[in-house]
Amino acid sequence: MQYALIIREAAEDFARRSDPAYRDGWVAYSQALAQAGIMTGGAGLTGPETGTIVRRKGEDHDVQDGPYPDGKEQLGGFYLIDVPDMDTALEWAIRVPISDKGSVEVRPRLQM
Amino acid sequence: MPPDAGRAAEKVARQSYGKLIAFLAARSRDVPAAEDALSEALASALRVWPERGIPGNPEAWLLVAARRNLMQAARHRTVEANAQTTISVAFEEAEERMNAAGSAVFPDERLKLLFACTHPAIDSSVHTALMLQTVPGIEAKIIARSFVVSPEAMSQRLVRAKVKIRDAGIPFAVPPRPALPGRLAAVLSAIYAAYGLGWDGLDGENERHSLAGEAIWLGRALLAVLPDEPEAVGLLSLMLHCEARRSARRGGDGRYVPLDEQDTTAWNAIMIAEADALLRKAGSFDRFGPFQCQAAIQSVHAARRLSGTTDWQALTTLYAALVMMKPTLGARVSQAAVIGRASSAAAGLEQLDKLDPRDIASYQPYWAVRAFLLTQVGDHTAAADAYMTAIGLSDSPAVRDFLAGRLKDARQAI
Repeated sequence: MQYALIIREAAEDFARRSDPAYRDGWVAYSQALAQAGIMTGGAGLTGPETGTIVRRKGEDHDVQDGPYPDGKEQLGGFYLIDVPDMDTALEWAIRVPISDKGSVEVRPRLQM
Repeated sequence: MPPDAGRAAEKVARQSYGKLIAFLAARSRDVPAAEDALSEALASALRVWPERGIPGNPEAWLLVAARRNLMQAARHRTVEANAQTTISVAFEEAEERMNAAGSAVFPDERLKLLFACTHPAIDSSVHTALMLQTVPGIEAKIIARSFVVSPEAMSQRLVRAKVKIRDAGIPFAVPPRPALPGRLAAVLSAIYAAYGLGWDGLDGENERHSLAGEAIWLGRALLAVLPDEPEAVGLLSLMLHCEARRSARRGGDGRYVPLDEQDTTAWNAIMIAEADALLRKAGSFDRFGPFQCQAAIQSVHAARRLSGTTDWQALTTLYAALVMMKPTLGARVSQAAVIGRASSAAAGLEQLDKLDPRDIASYQPYWAVRAFLLTQVGDHTAAADAYMTAIGLSDSPAVRDFLAGRLKDARQAI
């Protein structure tokens, strides 16, 4: 069963991305996932200020610079993992080296 | 409300919850109905006691009130007359036993509940959660948090398990002698797992700490009725040994402190003394088992408080015995760590290499021990890599920081 671990970081988490200790934590976590042989995809994303948002406006498009104005947490990246069940996915979610200002959402992949 | 009435209600609820549920569900086996009836009774106690004073026997008061609620609920459900009679008879028996004050029958009721919660017909993954909710009456919300599942999922699991107890006719009874050792093992495992949840939850979570306290209390309750079961004695000894070191496991700044760097003066000497006395008592039965073995291992560590050294040779022997009796992954990894200290780091690594790669891929202690032993043999590159995996598998910020410090040392030594 595939699950997405959707990681939302707070502003201070994004600010810490240049800190080697913080980066090491993510490298270590990705390594642990790879070692367990359950990682099927994922990506870290650059900060929300680098995003551009496109919306449909009838026949036209509205294009706006990010970040998407929404709350304290912003999407920082995601992992796609293949594990037997939700409980196992949650076990991996609590290992994500995020501060208590951020969050991890666990969502099953849509079966097509 | 005068605080003492509230406190009295809380105290009875804490001490007698499991016992009262056991009484109320004795015949019907309908745990959810018993829980509803008892929580209603507690609510009325909180209303009535402050006005009329705390009754002489609060337990009996609650039982009578809960019984009334159950009868009303049963009437509501228009249960057939014979079921009604059964319920009444069960209550009269229960009340009789309640009023035979001071008899050791109380913990016995709780014990029956423990055996029902850990019955082989109940999926073993719910044993601990069910036991924690049914016997000391811990909220599903707190249990869910400790197990890292959503409260809704936990509630569903508990409800399913309770329905099964009722529908499968799982007995509320202490199993007969021949079946006791096997069934007792499940009870002991569930209690130890509850302790483990409290043990892990150290990063500023008082709720989890209370789970460790509940587990120790359950261990004592078990001993009150099964004083001659050496493994039950061993389990309590083991938990007390671990609990004695609780405050030494973190530095003043919240830093993780590994066992061999702990300040032994911060260990609780009284708990250690009780744990060692229990271990001697267990030994007198001459029926050794895994819990006694684990308690003996902790006792060797505790001896450092007086001798200043750790007897790694004794630990090697004890781990060999433990792995023979119960070859769990945790025991085998700890065994390798101890061999790494007693003989050589290379010998410890050799032990680790015997483990199945599939089992250890996401087992954090394996990678932490492996990294440590690789550092000892001077392979700092491989050590750094193993530390990275161990950090990635940690779910505690304090442990992560501690390992990051060791990773830094390994990288500098490359």
